[in-house]
Amino acid sequence: MSLLAIDNLSLHFGGVRAVEDVSFRVEPQEVFTLIGPNGAGKTSIFNLISRIYDAHAGRIAFEGRDITAIAPHEVAQRGIARTFQNVELFEHATVLENLLLGRHVRFRTRLPFELLFTPSVRAEERAHREKVEEVIDFLELQHYRDSRTGNLPYGVRKVVELGRALASGPKLLLLDEPSSGLNTEETEEMSFWIEDITQELGITVLMIEHDMALVREVSDRVLALNYGRIIAAGDVESVQAHPEVVRAYLGE
Amino acid sequence: MHVVRKTSYEQDMQLFAHRGVAFWYGVLVLAALLAPLALNTYYLSLLTFVCVYAVAGVGLMLLTGYAGQVSLGHAAFLAAGAYTEAILQAHGIPFVLSLPAAAAVAAALGLAVGIPALRLTGIYLAVATLAFAFIVEEILTRWESVTRGNFGIAVEPLAIGPLSFDAEWKFYYLAFGVLAATLLAARNLLRTKTGRALVALRDSAIAAQSFGVHLAWYKTVAFGLSAGLTGLAGALYAHKIAFISPEQFTVMVSVELLVIVVVGGLGSLHGAVFGAAFIVVLPQAIVLAKSAFGISGGGQAAVDSGVFGLLLLLFMLYEAQGLYGRWIKVRYYLELFPFYRRATFRRQKTYARTERLQ
Amino acid sequence: MRAFVEFSQQVLSGAALGCIYALIALGFVLIYKATEVVNFAQGELMMLGAFLGYTFISLFGLPFWLGLPLAVVCMAGIGGLLDRIVVRPIVGQPVFAIVMVTLGMGFVARSGASLVPAWGVDTHVFSTPFTGKVTSIGPLVASHDQLAIMATTAALVAVLFLFFRYTRIGIAMQAASQNQLAAYYVGIPVKAICSLIWGLSAAVAAVAGILLAPIVFVHANMGFIGLKAFPAAVLGGFGSIPGAIAGGLVIGVVESLAGFYLPEGFKDVAAYVVLLLVLAIRPQGLFGEGLRKKV
Repeated sequence: MSLLAIDNLSLHFGGVRAVEDVSFRVEPQEVFTLIGPNGAGKTSIFNLISRIYDAHAGRIAFEGRDITAIAPHEVAQRGIARTFQNVELFEHATVLENLLLGRHVRFRTRLPFELLFTPSVRAEERAHREKVEEVIDFLELQHYRDSRTGNLPYGVRKVVELGRALASGPKLLLLDEPSSGLNTEETEEMSFWIEDITQELGITVLMIEHDMALVREVSDRVLALNYGRIIAAGDVESVQAHPEVVRAYLGE
Repeated sequence: MHVVRKTSYEQDMQLFAHRGVAFWYGVLVLAALLAPLALNTYYLSLLTFVCVYAVAGVGLMLLTGYAGQVSLGHAAFLAAGAYTEAILQAHGIPFVLSLPAAAAVAAALGLAVGIPALRLTGIYLAVATLAFAFIVEEILTRWESVTRGNFGIAVEPLAIGPLSFDAEWKFYYLAFGVLAATLLAARNLLRTKTGRALVALRDSAIAAQSFGVHLAWYKTVAFGLSAGLTGLAGALYAHKIAFISPEQFTVMVSVELLVIVVVGGLGSLHGAVFGAAFIVVLPQAIVLAKSAFGISGGGQAAVDSGVFGLLLLLFMLYEAQGLYGRWIKVRYYLELFPFYRRATFRRQKTYARTERLQ
Repeated sequence: MRAFVEFSQQVLSGAALGCIYALIALGFVLIYKATEVVNFAQGELMMLGAFLGYTFISLFGLPFWLGLPLAVVCMAGIGGLLDRIVVRPIVGQPVFAIVMVTLGMGFVARSGASLVPAWGVDTHVFSTPFTGKVTSIGPLVASHDQLAIMATTAALVAVLFLFFRYTRIGIAMQAASQNQLAAYYVGIPVKAICSLIWGLSAAVAAVAGILLAPIVFVHANMGFIGLKAFPAAVLGGFGSIPGAIAGGLVIGVVESLAGFYLPEGFKDVAAYVVLLLVLAIRPQGLFGEGLRKKV
């Protein structure tokens, strides 16, 4: 069974067809990449999966269950985590706190007990902090753990955002342009992490990316979009060579 | 600068960062407990007011400073607490029941505002809470059978069973106790799931939602807790001031509460206490300054509100972190001297067009 | 028939008051559109305008038609200065900071006005050429003050419409309010435009204040009426000039009717009740568009 199944998905803003009849499947453990020029509807697809937007037509199923119309905060409970194109961290909180928030759905503590900080709350906090420290070690963020994320360099913030997503222990990770704003070295590092995430942690990755070197490096399959429609799908080489894709990027 | 070397995860969850901090808080609590011995009734009374305002300040701080929801209507919750306490007491309900009831009524009112306010953000929320406070004020004036309207209600001194809080020092201990409990509960909240969710809601609602934070639930929680604490403060306020009438709960009071959190320092519990101390001391200082400069006329209230406004403005423009932020900077300056750089605390500006109606 | 005349009379006086709300709301909207600043001190700008009018006309004894433009020009200058000194540093800060700063500005203005020796905390009156005259329209009676308010509002809206539509500066202002960065890149002096808009908005407030003076007296606290213009602006969606006018009229009429038909007390809160009802149904106001942050 596919991990994520998207069928005939459409999203319209007034007359603009941001996403039009898009269908694809993401299989467990693969890195699936969406490419396409700006405004092709890639981020809109992410926002549809995260339920920030309501689809006008079509169906999104995760692990065989329909998630097209669930509440936005339930998406994380199902095991989907994401990053954002322009980094949406909690700027006034520390790296550690950001990562802990990533585990939000896994906490079982209740408000009255939190106010009293009962031993059971303490024990649960402790257990989750151990998980978060594992992520901090994995992404080598020890140096920054107590810094406010708002003060960190952009490259580090992208890693923290990745960390927050990993801390939630997702089955599917949505990465929205993981390399944007990073220099060559940082991009290289990012590609190693993405490989580690799939191979070591066994997490499936659905990614939007413009950097074709990174795409080639990590992707198992690629889907090209233009004007909200699928123009090509398959392995990296065939999609890149597809005449429609060349035309979309270079114009007529 | 004291660098804490962490050797266990427990350390991040401690109430105090290290033993030195715990020690100084101990000294502070001791000083507060001994204050009645050293201060005369007048100064002790001021200190009691600081405790009462600080409880309300913590309430508003949770909502505005942590969850990032502006409220221009907190006077209404203060009034709800004060009137509930006064009316219940007049009916002979014991304080141990009436105090929680005051907090509960205010909290319920907070939920009543919070739920319709769920879909509102930024400016709409500010205006809606303002409108709500006006309506409550008008109800207090017109619902004479219960609130006695503009005649107001005289509030008897507090008594728990045979224990009467008639002397200033007794009431001070009560207020201090309530403040200490409030601060502890708020601190606990902030180091657990709900506290982090509130901060997340403030910093990026979209990201918070994507990580499973149920925005509506946490906004409601923030409103309820905040209103409840403010109501608690209102109940104490009613006893402290011994007489309540609608004109003590005007928009001006909502602004005073905002001054507490802004001048104290948004997003810090210290700030709520600093701000409360500030707002109690300021009118006294203005009186002194006016007599020193021989200014008369204008009326105390007019000058007070002008100075409050000016401070609100200046703090927002030049020290958005408030008194607490200033204190941190001074401490860093002394600790790092001569290596302190202004850029350490430079504010980042965001020019996001989408700030509007986000 | 009598009931209908009473009703119409209430609607008429409500509309006159509503025009004042509309003018203040117009000031909010102008500033909000251009700078995304919500000016909680708009009512105080109106108060200052009224006081300046009082000073020029009553204290200095200038003729009304000289005192009025003088007060308006002075207020325009004050508005521009406020933008320059107080508002510019906080543009781009979160909404909260902006609310606090403008709220603070309002308090300072109110307190400042009450400290000016000739103004103080007393109420003042000054007469306009319209004071004390009435015109009958069929069975209805309208004071000239009310008619002047309505005529001026209509004229101002028409002038502003032409200004934004046809003048170079007006078009530049529209551009700046749509996208500051883009306007800046195409060579529009955005900062100067913002100051101009603040000036314009303060000038409109001054006109409102002077027109209102014969009806409610000049007083340091008269700016509180600005808080009623908020519901008007919110009703109109906060970004739309016709919306602000419509919102102001609705609030004015509702308030007037509530004062006449409902028990005492309802008049003062009618505006806020309407506001809460509207926000409960449409969180972005009647004419507002629901924008959300892009991620």
